Amino acid sequence: MQQTFELTITVNGTRYQRRVEPRMLLSDFLRHDLGLTGTHVGCEHGVCGACSVLMDGQPIRSCLIFAVQAHEHEITTVEGLGTRDNLHPIQEAFQEAHGLQCGFCTPGILTTVKAFLEQNPNPSEEEIREALSGNLCRCTGYQHIIEAVQLAAEKMRA
Amino acid sequence: MKPAPFEYYAPETIEEALSLLAKHGYDAKVLAGGQSLIPMMNFRLVQPSILVDLNRIAALGYIRTGEDGGLRIGAMTRHRQVETSPLAAKRAPLVHAAMSKIAYPQVRTRGTFGGSISHADPSAELPALSLALNGKFRLRRQDGERWVPASEFFLGLFTTALEADELLVEASLPPMPPRSGWSLQEVARRPHDFALMGVAAVVTLNEQGVCTEARLVFISAGDRPMAAERAAETLKGQAPAPEVLREAAEIASSQEIDPSSDIHATAEFRRHLANVLTRRALEQAFQRAAENKQEG
Repeated sequence: MQQTFELTITVNGTRYQRRVEPRMLLSDFLRHDLGLTGTHVGCEHGVCGACSVLMDGQPIRSCLIFAVQAHEHEITTVEGLGTRDNLHPIQEAFQEAHGLQCGFCTPGILTTVKAFLEQNPNPSEEEIREALSGNLCRCTGYQHIIEAVQLAAEKMRA
Repeated sequence: MKPAPFEYYAPETIEEALSLLAKHGYDAKVLAGGQSLIPMMNFRLVQPSILVDLNRIAALGYIRTGEDGGLRIGAMTRHRQVETSPLAAKRAPLVHAAMSKIAYPQVRTRGTFGGSISHADPSAELPALSLALNGKFRLRRQDGERWVPASEFFLGLFTTALEADELLVEASLPPMPPRSGWSLQEVARRPHDFALMGVAAVVTLNEQGVCTEARLVFISAGDRPMAAERAAETLKGQAPAPEVLREAAEIASSQEIDPSSDIHATAEFRRHLANVLTRRALEQAFQRAAENKQEG
């Protein structure tokens, strides 16, 4: 009989209670159990950064943590940033500066950038590149992503 | 679900964790930050039947000054905590400086000091730096504890002196003596990737500017962090002239490391890197030593 745990977790401000197997990854829990498919699953071994979410405000790989480990923690996914009609300034900036093409890597980048700009509201280009070193994009060549982060920083400082 | 099923325990105290390890021995695997273990579980390269998760043990996360003036780091201290710690910057500047080279921000949020040491990846920074600094580790078991110096801890590829019922609870990094300097040099295909080759140097000068202590430890250069003791020995009693550094680099890179060839680089290229990086590391370390009159 497989062990299960009663998990209480806050995701984007909403409290959820679910019963999970301990081997359930947080990334799969968010997508399958909560239906929050904004978090994308790429490599599933911590290399690509697509599944990045915030736990208690800090960026993590959601494929490298079990859901049960997030018990009584707060998670922010891309769905917690803005809505279709009311985009977060970072999302606006990515739209305006063409910071995405296919968009697969974008949710992980947006969440990572959110934590980064909260800690460093006026970053240099070098610091932006460092902050996004754990997020792979196979379309853009990064230049537009860097510019989008610079634009987002401006918007958030204003 | 990617990982195979396992029984899961999340103890809240060290004692509870030790009792679980005493009970389950080799069947149990300790989960620290999970940034190496969980990828391996996702691939099912490892399938532990029991997982003992340390993440709820608050007592294992701290950075403080040791009685010797060095640094004491609790096993569950996150890389991000060390990276942002002024105390770590002051008491163990080599380790502090290395933090930003360790993987990526998302990994540093979760990855832990003790996890990296226990995992003993020969391509990782912290095992090599602990060895370069003459660090030691406190291993606890249910009925006692022992301190193991880094020089006796790393036994081979992903293999350490830890017994199945032991837990690494703390690392102790002694302070560097006055007139000491350090350097960490690496070459990686992309910044933050595992280094193709890396070397840490720690050196000490006397008042006459002669080298009295030297340690060189290599990353990605064998089945464990590789200390180049003969090369270090040639530096002692010498002023750090360019030909002295060249000789040490030659000895270390040709005789004291055992790099392998893989898809990323040949062994020969890695030896070449080791030679160049050793010279750079020693130059920087001796320069820092000459400028540094203070302890630490």
